[in-house]
Amino acid sequence: MNRPFYEFTLKEAIGVAREGGLREILRALRDRIQALQPKINAFVRYDFDQDLSAVSSQSVVAGVPLAVKDNICIRGKETTCASKILKGHTPPYDAAVIERLKAAGATILGQCNMDEFAFGSSCETSSFGPTRNPWDTTRVPGGSSGGSAAAVAADMAIAALGSDTGGSIRQPASLCGVVGLKPTYGRVSRYGLIAFGSSFDQIGPLTKTVEDSAILMNVLAGHDPRDSTSAMQPVPDYTKSLVCDVRDLRIGLPAEYFVEGLDREVDKSVRAAAETFRKLGATIKTIRLPHTPYSVAVYYIVAVAEASSNLGRFDGVQYGLRIPTKEIREMYFETRDEGFGVEAKRRILLGTFVLSAGYYEAYYRKGQKVRTLIRKDFYEAFEEVDLILTPTSPTPAFKIGEKANDPLAMYLSDIFTIPVNLSGIPAISIPCGFTSSGLPIGMQLAARPFQEELIFRAAYTFEQETGIYKTKPKL
Amino acid sequence: MSYESVIGLEVHVQLGTKSKLFCPCSTEFGAEPNRHTCPVCLGWPGSLPVLNEEALRLAIKVGLALNCHIAERLKFDRKNYFYPDLPKAYQISQYDMPVNSKGWLMIQMRDENGGVHQKKIGITRAHLEEDAGKLLHEEVPDGTLVDYNRAGIPLLEIVSEPDLSSPEEAYEYLVSLKAILQYLEVSDCDMEKGRLRCDANVSVRKSGEVKLGTKTEIKNLNSFRAVQKALAYEIRRQTEILDSKGRVVQETRLWNEDRGQTFSMRSKEEAHDYRYFPEPDLVPFTISRQTVEDIRRTLPELPAERVERFKKDYGLGEYDALVLVQDRKSAHYYEECVREKVSPKMASNWIQSELMALLKLHKAAIENSPVGPKDLAGLIRLIENNTISGKIAKDVLPIMFETRKSAEDIIKEKNWVQVTDTRLIEEIADRILAANPQSVATFKAGKKQALGHLVGQIMKETQGKANPKLVNEILLKKIAKS
Repeated sequence: MNRPFYEFTLKEAIGVAREGGLREILRALRDRIQALQPKINAFVRYDFDQDLSAVSSQSVVAGVPLAVKDNICIRGKETTCASKILKGHTPPYDAAVIERLKAAGATILGQCNMDEFAFGSSCETSSFGPTRNPWDTTRVPGGSSGGSAAAVAADMAIAALGSDTGGSIRQPASLCGVVGLKPTYGRVSRYGLIAFGSSFDQIGPLTKTVEDSAILMNVLAGHDPRDSTSAMQPVPDYTKSLVCDVRDLRIGLPAEYFVEGLDREVDKSVRAAAETFRKLGATIKTIRLPHTPYSVAVYYIVAVAEASSNLGRFDGVQYGLRIPTKEIREMYFETRDEGFGVEAKRRILLGTFVLSAGYYEAYYRKGQKVRTLIRKDFYEAFEEVDLILTPTSPTPAFKIGEKANDPLAMYLSDIFTIPVNLSGIPAISIPCGFTSSGLPIGMQLAARPFQEELIFRAAYTFEQETGIYKTKPKL
Repeated sequence: MSYESVIGLEVHVQLGTKSKLFCPCSTEFGAEPNRHTCPVCLGWPGSLPVLNEEALRLAIKVGLALNCHIAERLKFDRKNYFYPDLPKAYQISQYDMPVNSKGWLMIQMRDENGGVHQKKIGITRAHLEEDAGKLLHEEVPDGTLVDYNRAGIPLLEIVSEPDLSSPEEAYEYLVSLKAILQYLEVSDCDMEKGRLRCDANVSVRKSGEVKLGTKTEIKNLNSFRAVQKALAYEIRRQTEILDSKGRVVQETRLWNEDRGQTFSMRSKEEAHDYRYFPEPDLVPFTISRQTVEDIRRTLPELPAERVERFKKDYGLGEYDALVLVQDRKSAHYYEECVREKVSPKMASNWIQSELMALLKLHKAAIENSPVGPKDLAGLIRLIENNTISGKIAKDVLPIMFETRKSAEDIIKEKNWVQVTDTRLIEEIADRILAANPQSVATFKAGKKQALGHLVGQIMKETQGKANPKLVNEILLKKIAKS
């Protein structure tokens, strides 16, 4: 059978590139992107005019083109977080992950659409317009890394990088039927990732397969002295954990995640996945994560507090948009009013409020305390089980516009991914089935800090057993 | 009505590291604008801070010298506000867990009778933070430029308790603090380069009142004398308001050196809410007690210890010892001089009076003095062995300054060797006594000053070279016999 190159996994594409097929891969992707971009709007920028002269076919990635989210700095390339306020902003340096990708021989083909400053779960708040879900273009791809997920799902990218603060890799991976990993906090350097919630943010891969995810993690993971929150832990060869064996694993299903509000088909699909694991020899247990109901509230206090501070620098002084006025105060007001979208303003206001004198104790401090309790829930659960299995998102992809004016409903679509960020633990979302109308469903597997290997092993086993990843959207 | 003033000082001192607090950029002063900048100190999107451990070491050094408690955990916070010189719209500072807290510093106040008494001034805290950039308003018409060379330079903010009760005490506090910082070699404390800045908080209340009055904060204080003058002005201003039954407004005021007045800058009512919260980009870490002890072992002899040593080893009085010690370089000069085995007392006097005056005249710093400590010792030795009189020596020193010749060469050239020939002085004395019977009579009548006139006559005859002690003795002897 003669599959087009754009359909190739990263593993396959590296093989082709090693044999001298890099230009053909690039050409296939160019045609694919040009054909689908108007329909999907996965990219905010791409560049097919790549200098491949320096690429070594023997390097880890062998020149295979990748896409990255528009909040990861690339030296000399406009990087805007899909926000008007950073229009024209060209970083003078590469993010640590870009350095690592380049060192591994990757070609950066384009930058993916996202919710403005990663504020959202639908990719609708982008100043470049919404990205559409390749499985149903009337639906959202999820967010905030919606462009990255849609690009991979639509075969417009071999693999992509996203960032995950409250579910921004896993939720769109789930809604688009691809594999998305949020590594342990500190596993991948944040240097050069334009910050949203500094104590939550992690960069991770969005890929077609679990194997591709492991290949990219081998490139991305590792200590970076420029990021004080970066971990010293040694990095294993993640591809070595791609073994089909879950017999020794204890997998927990938290009772608090299978409750009202969870889509019936999602519920069924994830329970079926648990059954698959059981059949493959894993032990399945019901566990308790009692502080789960507070997660979304805590997240929308602590993360927005950090965000309000992180976004202060977009003031029109040094870079990006500036609305010139006579007085400096007016310049701040006008520039930030013009430059930020509605959701960004909402979060800046919320964050400013919870940090304000007189409210700090009641909100931010209390939020941090509850965060500690939520983290403790997970640590206690991991005494009993090795992995925690949950739905990634309570629903499959929803309609564009459906939740755009209901922030609370939108926030709740990250209800299962947020606790993982609050705890700093790693988690993956992989496809586990489809709804009757053909929309992908994703499940989340979370592990103890720095146990990405366990996640890869279980996810790989499930993927190989079911082959769900082979189903492609009809485009 | 009598009033008392309550003063607290906030001193920002730039720690003398080679690189900035959170990035590798140089801290060099006076470079072309924005030369020493990078994405981190410019706060560019995606950049992250990494702590300069040398800055922490210097901060702890100061904390130990100021008798502070050194925090068990090092934690930074963000202080959020908008200003164009603040690239991230927040300053990385320390809020509720300063690296140094609860210390004290001893100041020395001179009494009216010439003695010295000590006063202990509490140090509330001394915390690490990054500096902001500098706005340049004059460079372009209708606009302002920003120089971020200073952004990210490590500062230690040292906050005193409101234990100071007069502008003079505030001045002495600053002098003592600066001496400690210089002894520690953590900063050169150059106020002109902004490496030491001071803001003063002051309030006035009726004597004996327990409740504090409303305070004002004074900024733009460019010298220790300015601090003293501004405080004196502000105390007077507040006292007048209270006397006329007015109300002091809590506000920030700027000192205008030319006009010798403070002016209202902004009222605290519209003050910022800085929205402090823990800096998530810097993970708090434990400062081990071992580290603290290791740093303690590197502490040099501090001014207070040196004063005691000078008193004990050199027999100096409290005040003389203090004056010498408060400037580390003067103290060094003094010790170099005494090392030449001259009288420690004479060395102290000569440095504090003649040498200091000449240095001031020549606008020279003591470490660059044309007359080095050994040269001065040479001069003192000539007085000690009666080669010249002290009076002649006062003429020799300026010539040493100008010509850089040794004292010995100068007195040879000028033929200023002291006359110690008893017979010669007796001869002259006989002549002078014979010519001034009136003075002799006056002296005998009990007017001791008359002797001075006679001594003066002999000194005149010998062009000042006669040994004054000898002249005195001979005159007294002869008058008694006559």
